[in-house]
Amino acid sequence: MSLETPLHKVEGLGSSHSGVTHFWRQRVTAAALIPLAIWFAVSVLGLVGAHEAATLAFLSKPLNAILMAAFVVIAVYHMALGMQVVIDDYVYTSWQKLSLMLLMRGFALAVIAACLYALLRIAGPIV
Amino acid sequence: MADTPHRAQRPRPLSPFVTIYHWPVTMATSIVHRFTGIGLAGGTVLLAWWLYAVASGPDSFREFTDLAGTPLGQVILFLIVWSLAFHLINGIRHLAWDMGFGFSKATAQTNSILVIAGSILVAALFFAAAFSGYGGYYQ
Repeated sequence: MSLETPLHKVEGLGSSHSGVTHFWRQRVTAAALIPLAIWFAVSVLGLVGAHEAATLAFLSKPLNAILMAAFVVIAVYHMALGMQVVIDDYVYTSWQKLSLMLLMRGFALAVIAACLYALLRIAGPIV
Repeated sequence: MADTPHRAQRPRPLSPFVTIYHWPVTMATSIVHRFTGIGLAGGTVLLAWWLYAVASGPDSFREFTDLAGTPLGQVILFLIVWSLAFHLINGIRHLAWDMGFGFSKATAQTNSILVIAGSILVAALFFAAAFSGYGGYYQ
């Protein structure tokens, strides 16, 4: 005999109340980051020793700007999902866990905001 | 997020932990995957700093590249490049596991060693290319 209620069973979300959402998002972002991280590494190697003008020219090309924005957003989202697991694993005290989780997510949003602001400034208005 | 009671009268018995077990190489890749992930989380600050420096004009860009060129800057950059290589290659290994491949003990041990060697090789090649003039092809 199962002690699960019929509603709990049909929702299929388990004790986390969110099912496999976190697990699945971590995997999907990981898969997306394989080509993006390789593109990023190839780009950075191509910009080694470059002056400001060359770097600016590279990052203001639409395709490069879009790929960099995608890399930043997906990488930082993947980071937040991973750091959440680390905090869940090692921090047991409720208020400490909540504070760290909020700090970590605030950090993630700040990094994304700063990167996107910089990319928008680099790209500049279309004239 | 329930509080775990931790103020016991005397130390509670612990189950065997990393200090007790003999370390198989798979245990090393597992913990290094987590460490490199945390390291790369810190590395996102450098990414934001770099993009912001590019956006803020020649002076701030020069400030960034000057700092990146110092010995400490180079060590940090090498660690980040290696961390990215390790996390990427080992991440592919994790995705293969998620699809049900590579669970046998021998396979897991062999590709653990391959991941460690491969990540060091990729990071070394990246820096060798950067120092020998094979980088900088987008200038």
